[in-house]
Amino acid sequence: MIYFDRVSKVYAGDTAALQDVSFSVEAGEFISIVGHSGAGKTTLVKMLLAQEKPTSGAVFFESINIHEVPPKRINDLRRKIGTVFQDFRLLPGRTAYENIAFAMEAAGRSEEDIHSDVPHVLELVDLGNKMSNFPGELSGGEQQRVAIARAIVNQPDVVIADEPTGNLDPVNTFEVVQILKKINDLGTTIVLTTHNKGVIDSLKKRVITMDRGKVIRDDREGKYIL
Amino acid sequence: MDLVTTKRIFRAGFLDFWRNGFVSLAAILMMIFTLFTIGMAMFTGVILQTTLQEFRDKADMNVYFTTDAPEERIVEVQASLKALPEVAEVSYVSREEALAAFRERHQNNQLILQALEALGDNPLGAVLTVKAKDLSQYDSIANFLNGQGALQGGQTSVIDKINYYDAAHRVAIDRLGAVTDSARWIGLIIILIFVAATIAISLNTMRLAIYSSRDEISIMRLVGAGQAYIRAPFIVEGVLVGLSASLVTLLLFYPLTWWLGSATQDFFGGINVFYYYLSNFPLFFGVLVGSGVLLGAVASYLAVRRYLTI
Repeated sequence: MIYFDRVSKVYAGDTAALQDVSFSVEAGEFISIVGHSGAGKTTLVKMLLAQEKPTSGAVFFESINIHEVPPKRINDLRRKIGTVFQDFRLLPGRTAYENIAFAMEAAGRSEEDIHSDVPHVLELVDLGNKMSNFPGELSGGEQQRVAIARAIVNQPDVVIADEPTGNLDPVNTFEVVQILKKINDLGTTIVLTTHNKGVIDSLKKRVITMDRGKVIRDDREGKYIL
Repeated sequence: MDLVTTKRIFRAGFLDFWRNGFVSLAAILMMIFTLFTIGMAMFTGVILQTTLQEFRDKADMNVYFTTDAPEERIVEVQASLKALPEVAEVSYVSREEALAAFRERHQNNQLILQALEALGDNPLGAVLTVKAKDLSQYDSIANFLNGQGALQGGQTSVIDKINYYDAAHRVAIDRLGAVTDSARWIGLIIILIFVAATIAISLNTMRLAIYSSRDEISIMRLVGAGQAYIRAPFIVEGVLVGLSASLVTLLLFYPLTWWLGSATQDFFGGINVFYYYLSNFPLFFGVLVGSGVLLGAVASYLAVRRYLTI
């Protein structure tokens, strides 16, 4: 489903963020990418979202080379990928309900779908009673759950979670990870980047370990080893 | 674009406009400043134009006839003047009318009236007052009259005096022509500079307003929203800013022109800005609302474009 083919990324000043990275992700998998800050995790995510272009190599999503997609079709690609970020990235001027509705509107879904799906997905992340709250009125954990609800509402093929627990306390971290597992159980592929050892060790899923832009380990049922 | 999308865009535009109240207010205030300048430019333009017109209308040429000039000769001259393409208007004041006007003008001066009685006869000749279509054309009209006098050869000329031919008068008219032309150009340039400056300020304010939304724009992009779908609500917001600002400006001009109305009429003569505003309200409405809406929309379009690249 996702295939990194010998991807390298060199920024100005000869800083190599990625060096010759190759791996693939099957549909329905839950993979974690771990590594210290600066290991290249976020660069990988940006490649998948077509925010960055590789200096050499190619990234495929469902056998389409992401970086050959014309700019106008990038939206279609991004709608197939749900994203969750460390800093939540919610629209501050819109309520929890409107934030999720926006993702559905952007995908061209009907008003009926929005009215039925948004409350449903907010129930799923246990925020049914906070629909009309603005992000500023929610805790970090709640904001992240809104972001997860937004990421899954269009039933994407894959959800990319880039350090989703980085700003959360242990209780909220546990809840967010449980939600991601639940989504994976329903059949959605999950790509999680993190440097939280506890999260990785409790998951018992595939782990790709990165260091200084290179993949140094790829374990079927891995642990956090760095 | 279908109906549902259009509805969503307008709803989002209205919501953002309302919820970002302070930013919207700042943008509206700046836009009012711009539109006010445009409105003032319109008033200045019309005041300048009517004042210059007044000046031009006051410049005319008086052709004085001798007291013994037969009326048919005067009428002949009047007809030939009227036939000239340069002449806008020729009015005839007969000897009797000239005398009556003279008496009226000096009705409080017994000395002059007594002197007039003592003369017994009417000392005043008939007068033709000529208005040219343009200031520069008095020269050729005067030449025509002199030429006609020369052609009459043997007969004595019935024209006593053409007051245009007075050198000082001629210089004054020439100078007035130059002054009015340069006044019009300088006025126009100053107005254009003002309008351009305020438009630039307004564009910048809108850009700052949208700058504060640049993170939101990048989030929208990541969620998979198309460029047009992201941009359109901002344009709606810009149009709302322009619309609100233009309506406030139109309201402001009402008491302002009322207050300045008689003052401008006394000072510049001819025009009362209050009545001008009322009678040309559709024009002001069209220009101010049109420029407000256009400015708002264009500013938003350009500002969002910068942040849509991700």
